[in-house]
Amino acid sequence: MSRNLILGAGLSSLVVLAALLSFVWTPYDYAALNIPAKLQTPNAQHWFGTDHFGRDMFSMIMVGARTSIAVALLAVGIGMSLGVPLGLAAAARKGSWLDELIMRGNDLVFAFPSLVIAILITAVFGAGAVNAIIAIGIFNIPVFARITRGAALSLWEREFIMAARVAGKGAARISAEHILPNVANLLIVQGTIQFSLGILAEAGLSYVGLGAQPPTPSWGRMLADAQTMVSFAPHLALIPGFAIILTVLGLNLMGDGLRDWLDPRIRVARS
Amino acid sequence: MLRYSLKRALSLLISLAVASLVIFAVIEIAPGDPASFMLGVNAQPDTLAALRTELGLDQSKAERYVSWITGMLRGDFGTSYTYRTPVSQMIADRMWVSLPLALYALALSTAIAFPAGIYAASRRGKVGDLTVMSATQLGVAIPNFWFAMMLVLVFAINLRWFNAGGFSGWDKGLVAGLHSLTLPAIALALPQAAILARVMRSALLDILGEDFMRTARAKGLSRRQALWRHGLRNALIPVLTIIGLQFSFLLAGSIIIEQVFYLPGLGRLVFQSISSRDLIVVESVVMLLVFAVITVNFLVDLAYAAVDPRLRSRT
Repeated sequence: MSRNLILGAGLSSLVVLAALLSFVWTPYDYAALNIPAKLQTPNAQHWFGTDHFGRDMFSMIMVGARTSIAVALLAVGIGMSLGVPLGLAAAARKGSWLDELIMRGNDLVFAFPSLVIAILITAVFGAGAVNAIIAIGIFNIPVFARITRGAALSLWEREFIMAARVAGKGAARISAEHILPNVANLLIVQGTIQFSLGILAEAGLSYVGLGAQPPTPSWGRMLADAQTMVSFAPHLALIPGFAIILTVLGLNLMGDGLRDWLDPRIRVARS
Repeated sequence: MLRYSLKRALSLLISLAVASLVIFAVIEIAPGDPASFMLGVNAQPDTLAALRTELGLDQSKAERYVSWITGMLRGDFGTSYTYRTPVSQMIADRMWVSLPLALYALALSTAIAFPAGIYAASRRGKVGDLTVMSATQLGVAIPNFWFAMMLVLVFAINLRWFNAGGFSGWDKGLVAGLHSLTLPAIALALPQAAILARVMRSALLDILGEDFMRTARAKGLSRRQALWRHGLRNALIPVLTIIGLQFSFLLAGSIIIEQVFYLPGLGRLVFQSISSRDLIVVESVVMLLVFAVITVNFLVDLAYAAVDPRLRSRT
């Protein structure tokens, strides 16, 4: 295992653990206002300080991790659960109208600036975590469809697929039983990358007020709240920013590391 | 080349048509009637009906779609529900902030990424390469709006070299205008520069393994000479594609960055329109952005085919 993978997995699991722990324990109630204790810099009682309402930043970061992870993970889930079958179908019917339709549809979604459409969706259907998930998820579909199709196409040429066809298996069964397991590694790596992009997108959307709504804490909105106070309370902006950067960095490093680790060719070359 | 161009142009038109239908449909299913929103809850039914006729809301969906599209082709984007001014005018005013910002950021991103990518490729595996690559890892992980806030904190609030926000306007001169766009452009350019530097590095490394590079070395060119004379030119092809794609990210990214710096650009226009449910403005701005992105991608495809003849036959 490479250093990247260990460091990336370490950082990512730290964030996931914080998010899971926040369900049962946070140092303070994340929503509890305590005006006399407002705008404290990090100290022994409040490890990450307090915000302008005296809320404990550490607790808010923990619960915010929950929001970020939930939105990004579900968005990846949408992308995978729709994109992968589409990619498999396109590859199984290579060159047919179905393939053409799926790929042109993909190109179209790619052509939209994702943020603009996310804004359109949330503008029309209202701001909130669910709409943010859908908006980010839509743009994951073509990513997974394309990568699945690309990998599946080369697999369809292989002998073991030929053997399966001779054995009488249909395209759907071959896709599910033979193609899918062989593209799984690739999907895991891409999933990690899309996950990190999802975290960034969620932060951006909630920064402009189109993500999870108050009182649910989210890192992006913590930054938006901090903006007017950054001159006298920089920790309000620094801490959520570091949380986002470390999470995204961890996931990216993990993605890079996984790609190397899961690719037997590179692994052999290393050892 | 002509055949290829026509084919791409046809797919451009189809993309634009489908995109416009999608945007129109999304706006159509938006809850709420713009006329009753404008007049408030106590509006008289006949005033409401009159306004609906004036705005064209009493027409069928198909009629409204056609008049929206034909209007846009003539440069008429309709009338804002809240401001009662032509949307095209509102967009044109804001464009003078958003477009220069995106171009400024593109120039910065290229200016940072090219030297960084070339340096990393020429020092492959050494400390310099590792430093640049770690910096790019960090660059892609930093949210640009957070970076923007940090720039404001350091360069506007502490050092007072720049204003923390707002736009001076171009009538005060080019320098003043660019000065107020500098921090936003840097914030916008950073993640794109990180991506571009990585692309530049890997494109160059691919080229360095090519036979013609070996020939160039065998001819007696030094590593550096071969890289500059033969490597760079060939590596530029994939890099230019990415630059084209980045333009769309920059245009879309400027929407959020404009919020940080209170810049009166398209992004602020969109958010103001969303909060006042001025959906005709949202609809037109989104369509315009999608149009810009699809067209830029189309032009990049054409430029790419002009440079690399192999691509023309492929599609």
